Amino acid sequence: MLNRRNFLKYSLAGAAGLAVPAGIKASTGSAPAEPKKGDTRWVFLVDSTKCVGCGLCVKACKNENEIQYDLNVSRTWVERYVVTKDGKVHADSPKAARDGFTTQEIDQGHHGKDIVKPGDITKAFFVPKLCNHCENPACVQVCPVGATYQTKDGVVLVDRTWCIGCGYCIMACPYGVRFFHPVYHTAEKCTFCVHRLHAGLKPACVEVCPFGARKIGNRLDPNDPVTRTILDDKVQVLKEEFGTKPQVYYLGLSMEVK
Amino acid sequence: MKNHVLRPLIVAIGIVLLILAFRAVYVPKDFGSYERGYTYSWHRKGDQDFWNKFTIKYRGKEYCKDCHPDKYDKINKTPHKIIICENCHGPAVDHPSEQHPKLVIDKSREQCYRCHVKLPYPDTVRGKIKGFLDPEKHNPGIECVTCHNPHDPKLGGA
Amino acid sequence: MVHGEIWTIKELFTYPNEYIYWSVQIVMYPFMTGLVAGAFVLSSLYHVFGIKELKDIARFALVFSFALLFAAPMPIVLHLQHPFRGINVMMTSHFTSAIAAFGIVFFAYGAIVASELWFLYRKHFVDKALALREKQDKTFGEQLWYLLYCTLTLGSYDVSEEALHRDEKAIKILAGIGIPVACFLHGYAGFIFGSVKANALWMTPLMPVIFIMSAIVSGIALCMLTYIVVMEIRKILIRRSRKRWEVTLEEVKGVELHVVQMTSRYLILFLVLAITLELLDLIFRGYTAVKSWDVLRSVLFERDFYDIFIMQYGIGNLVPLILFLIPGLTIRRTVLGVLLVLFGVFMMRWNVVIGGQAFSLSFAGYMHYSLPIIPHDWETFKEGLFGAVGIFIMPFVLFYFIAKVFPVFAEAKQEGH
Repeated sequence: MLNRRNFLKYSLAGAAGLAVPAGIKASTGSAPAEPKKGDTRWVFLVDSTKCVGCGLCVKACKNENEIQYDLNVSRTWVERYVVTKDGKVHADSPKAARDGFTTQEIDQGHHGKDIVKPGDITKAFFVPKLCNHCENPACVQVCPVGATYQTKDGVVLVDRTWCIGCGYCIMACPYGVRFFHPVYHTAEKCTFCVHRLHAGLKPACVEVCPFGARKIGNRLDPNDPVTRTILDDKVQVLKEEFGTKPQVYYLGLSMEVK
Repeated sequence: MKNHVLRPLIVAIGIVLLILAFRAVYVPKDFGSYERGYTYSWHRKGDQDFWNKFTIKYRGKEYCKDCHPDKYDKINKTPHKIIICENCHGPAVDHPSEQHPKLVIDKSREQCYRCHVKLPYPDTVRGKIKGFLDPEKHNPGIECVTCHNPHDPKLGGA
Repeated sequence: MVHGEIWTIKELFTYPNEYIYWSVQIVMYPFMTGLVAGAFVLSSLYHVFGIKELKDIARFALVFSFALLFAAPMPIVLHLQHPFRGINVMMTSHFTSAIAAFGIVFFAYGAIVASELWFLYRKHFVDKALALREKQDKTFGEQLWYLLYCTLTLGSYDVSEEALHRDEKAIKILAGIGIPVACFLHGYAGFIFGSVKANALWMTPLMPVIFIMSAIVSGIALCMLTYIVVMEIRKILIRRSRKRWEVTLEEVKGVELHVVQMTSRYLILFLVLAITLELLDLIFRGYTAVKSWDVLRSVLFERDFYDIFIMQYGIGNLVPLILFLIPGLTIRRTVLGVLLVLFGVFMMRWNVVIGGQAFSLSFAGYMHYSLPIIPHDWETFKEGLFGAVGIFIMPFVLFYFIAKVFPVFAEAKQEGH
């Protein structure tokens, strides 16, 4: 019998039923606009074979982006990998390499320092890391309030006035690039120095690297040397299996890199 | 009302309306989905202006050239030409100005250690840079720049 | 020190920005919402499925679920770096995030519980309001109570048979709708973890189901515990003065034991389901042995072996299961059993939240969480032992006050205010 109660009951159930497909549609999102000629999509290129671990990029990033030098967080960092004859991989990143690597001892945190004899080393290399400004950023997907977002040209940013500090984006990033800003207590990470890009300059880390290990380019410009390298040479990305489509490409990445 | 059963529902709807009214006042007008869709760009558009206007600190090597041509030319003839001035002199920001009349130079030993502590890593650029296995054995406590001019570094000091 | 640094000990190779960001309050949050969901499901077992033996505990469970509902968001409020911006979750909800469901789910669930309580207690409010209306010379306290009861009637004073019958039907519908909503309330918490592909321990489709099962277990256990405590208090009061009560001590004892034995059957059922799913997840991970298995194995079977297999599975699951399965269940054994079950559910939340952060994203390092015990600043207070214990006590304190408005035992009416 269709009295008022039953009518309300059925329409509520119907609405709830419709909410399921609607919710799925909303969460998978509408397709973003197709890029046009003349548009920009920033991509980063790291040449791991050129990096010497001087850490000048970390120092410059901290200065440029006002992250306190003596605090143990950084928007970018450099990792060192030392592989010994027994096949063991020793890796560290002392204080995010803000002072460079100035000792042969491998910093293992609470575990102490690993002493590696030079004669045992088969290979060693440095790997700079930063936010990958992914094409499918998992961190943006999980923000409950819309405080972190991606711009048209691919830069992922955080709105310091809106972030509630839940930390979900930090947990969702497979690359561990996010942290809480020690002063603003909001999520923080590398912004590709978007303020410098906006003024036609290169990010601070790119500008200061003495060995040319870091480069930035526009993926939508076929004549951009970075784009040419990515398309023509053998490049890799980190943790591709997560499907985030990271936009920081690496030359000379070895399998030991975590 | 004859049927009192709906009263809690009316209260609930009332609360929802109050929340929506508050939302109309609280949420900034430029909050919405933009070019990357709801999933990846649900945000307050004005925030992009904040980031675009963030103060630029590093100016790059060419910025120093016009006022300091002697230092610029000198270092360009040495292997240290790859190090931009601000790496040791600090970011220029708007130097010369009231806030930055002179720049603070990092003359510490640790600054030089970044490259010149020898790390015996085979077939690497780092492995080829001249340096000390144990820098503390070479004139400890004295700044490297006392004997080695960074703009014209020669082995064996000035 | 940066946030998280003080209670994190990093070992071997970890990324520089990695710290234990989700600390004990994030353990408390699913624990509390689990109790909410479980208490509601227990209450609904009577209202929807008409399991008559659960009538007494059903009313009690519903009121307790309401008290828990106010305590449940507190861990989040204490955890957020910007708690006052917490409303942003409701204002600009980004529904691609599981956490964004919080606003809708809590509000919907709160509306359902509040409405169900209203229908259940409407007659009581009307009786109280009318009784106070008759009274001349109300004291100031009595005037406030009068105002409260009048408001709570929502203007409907019809307590005829037909109206009360409509109330009962409404309760049944709400309890029915409420079960999936309660499941969603805790399922979404499980989804928060299960959908994080970056975390090798959390990522599994089983997570929402595991969370729901153990939530129901914890809710039933807590209701049983509080029910027993309240019944014991009643027995003490009856012993003191037999004349005021309608029931005898023997009757109370008999009812109490019967209710407890009935409810424990459901506890066992959900406990077995929860254990099965968790073990299934573990076996699958070990069997498929994907890239993360090496570091997970060392965390699960070496570093956290004690926390997981001794504390959670052993003391928290196996021992209470045996206690409940031994025939001739007594009140004393039940109390021990439910306390261990609650401990087991808490340890499960701990092992998921803290365990998931015990290994580095590099899979080549570890992070150890040392819970701040003695606080020396606001952060180590709110995200330490005191904060956690405070949250746990809160629903009991709230329940005491809420039960004055929504009395949980018929005999309590005689006490008056």
